Amino acid sequence: MTMTVPGERSLTALAMLRSRLHFLWYLTRRSPLTVVGFLIILLVIIMVIGAPLIAPYDPNKVMLSSRLLPPSSIHWFGTDEVGRDLFSRVVYGSRASCGAAFMIVFISMSVGVFLGCLSGVVGGMFDSAMMRTMDVVLALPALVLAMALAAALGPSLFNSMLAVAIVRIPAYVRLSRGQTLSLRERIFVKASRTFGASNLYILRWHLLPNALSPLIVQATLDLGGIVLIAAALSFIGLGAQPPTAEWGALVSSGRSFILDQWWYGTFPGLAILVTAMGCNLLGDGIRDMLDPRLGPSE
Amino acid sequence: MTDIGMKPHALSIENLSLEFPTYDGAVKALDGVTIQVGNAEIVGLVGESGCGKSVTTMAATRLLPEGRYKITQGTIRLFGRDPTVMSDEDLQQVRGKLVSTIFQEPMNALNPTIRIGKQLVGVIRRHEAISRAAAETVAANILSDMLIPEPSRIMQAYPFELSGGMRQRVLIAMAFSCNPGLIIADEPTTALDVTVQAAILRLIQGRARRTGTSVVFISHNIAVVSQICDRLYIMYAGRIVESGPTRAVLDSPQHPYTRALLRCLPERVQPKAQLESIPGTVPNLLDPPAGCFYRPRCLEADERCHAKPQSTTLTGGQVVACWQRSKSQTHVSNEA
Repeated sequence: MTMTVPGERSLTALAMLRSRLHFLWYLTRRSPLTVVGFLIILLVIIMVIGAPLIAPYDPNKVMLSSRLLPPSSIHWFGTDEVGRDLFSRVVYGSRASCGAAFMIVFISMSVGVFLGCLSGVVGGMFDSAMMRTMDVVLALPALVLAMALAAALGPSLFNSMLAVAIVRIPAYVRLSRGQTLSLRERIFVKASRTFGASNLYILRWHLLPNALSPLIVQATLDLGGIVLIAAALSFIGLGAQPPTAEWGALVSSGRSFILDQWWYGTFPGLAILVTAMGCNLLGDGIRDMLDPRLGPSE
Repeated sequence: MTDIGMKPHALSIENLSLEFPTYDGAVKALDGVTIQVGNAEIVGLVGESGCGKSVTTMAATRLLPEGRYKITQGTIRLFGRDPTVMSDEDLQQVRGKLVSTIFQEPMNALNPTIRIGKQLVGVIRRHEAISRAAAETVAANILSDMLIPEPSRIMQAYPFELSGGMRQRVLIAMAFSCNPGLIIADEPTTALDVTVQAAILRLIQGRARRTGTSVVFISHNIAVVSQICDRLYIMYAGRIVESGPTRAVLDSPQHPYTRALLRCLPERVQPKAQLESIPGTVPNLLDPPAGCFYRPRCLEADERCHAKPQSTTLTGGQVVACWQRSKSQTHVSNEA
């Protein structure tokens, strides 16, 4: 009957924001572990973005006079065999490790969702061929396949990223295809067709938004596993090459000193552990929030 | 009733037969269905579940799954055009602009992740090249025409915030939003409370009358459709068994099935009396009985009913396909 007055609208927007914040608070109170996961991921993101501000030293600066120093107030995580500050290297390493993990999830998710939706919408032979191909990729152990791909492409951070991304694609293809197939039969999609919506419109406005929540959960949970795989590839020398600071590579070079200089391998290893755990906690939490029907895990 | 004037009918289905091939053989969903919907006419399509009401209209708008059905005979014309040979682009233009559908379940016919207003605006802007703001005004106007209080607030809401009746109003608004020439209302009140059914019926009727929109109203409830329809078609097992002006059909139902349907209405029964039902079930369309499909359940059936009954036009525009009525026939024809 009447259009809303602008002031009124902003007021309702404020009320909406408040109720949303309240809702968030309710959710966090219900699962404190999710908050822990969220804080860890937040910390990692801050570390990735603000590495130059946080790191006290140049991560690649060699100081032969201060080789293999134990953790102290000057070198929080100690130093390595050529005197580089390990804290700075772990902080900068987050850029390589987590940056790679984010990129991998981004690549495999966008490619996977695109192929999956296409497969679900097109159907027929295309769908069968796509799904069998994905089954073949899934049949091979992820780490072994990623190793083979990375070795074939040549050892570098970018190539190992590509390898892991390819290995992770099938999960997204299967997930988004399944979502597309079930959503396609929903009445609002059919109704939209009767109003003359094009396939593209249906894909963008009906299929994607409704398929998103399981995809977000999958991506967050994946992130932890991918941090591990990417670090593993670097650990065996197929990923980041020296002198690049990368957590897996740091653990790898710290391995030979682990008995006498425990801090060398331990701190980068802890960084991997904490990040992967944070991703899993957050992923679990998001799943519980987005799909209350499943109930909290454990 | 069947005059072919200057303007083509909104919907004209002639002698349409359609089947779904399955592993067990062809399911003959429609058998010689003839339906005419004139301009600005409200027509009811009545029958039990599975008698082909929805299939008829879905065939007309080509919403049946492609490649899973076969039209064995007959023609469909939507405003004079044949939907079975349209390109996908033409179909998308026609749907929404010329024909819209209102679905049975308002609970599931709106996208749960998008605000009402955005969904409405999406439909409007799909067919009309107007700005977002203009489309929003149009949407708000239609919503208030559907007696929705505070349309601007409703447009900001997500579907789950609305009741079933409200959602159905939104869907009706959506169907009317591009001023289509024909609206197919597929049991729009079935999922609703009886208290809002009448209101929804009035909304559809009122808007259709004001804008000169034709409506095909599908229902299994003859009482509901008779309230707003000019003419009725009674379907049974994929065939039209009786048709005619609403009053004539209700006052003097000719086909035994129509009579049985009217007897089954609860509102005609004395309190605490036994409710009527029609004995037997709808025939299996994989292997329908010979002759009249209603014969196995019909109380008046005799030997003649083993042959397929011809349509008989009675005075007053009523058409009935039954051997028992052909005695008083005026002339026999295959057309309604």
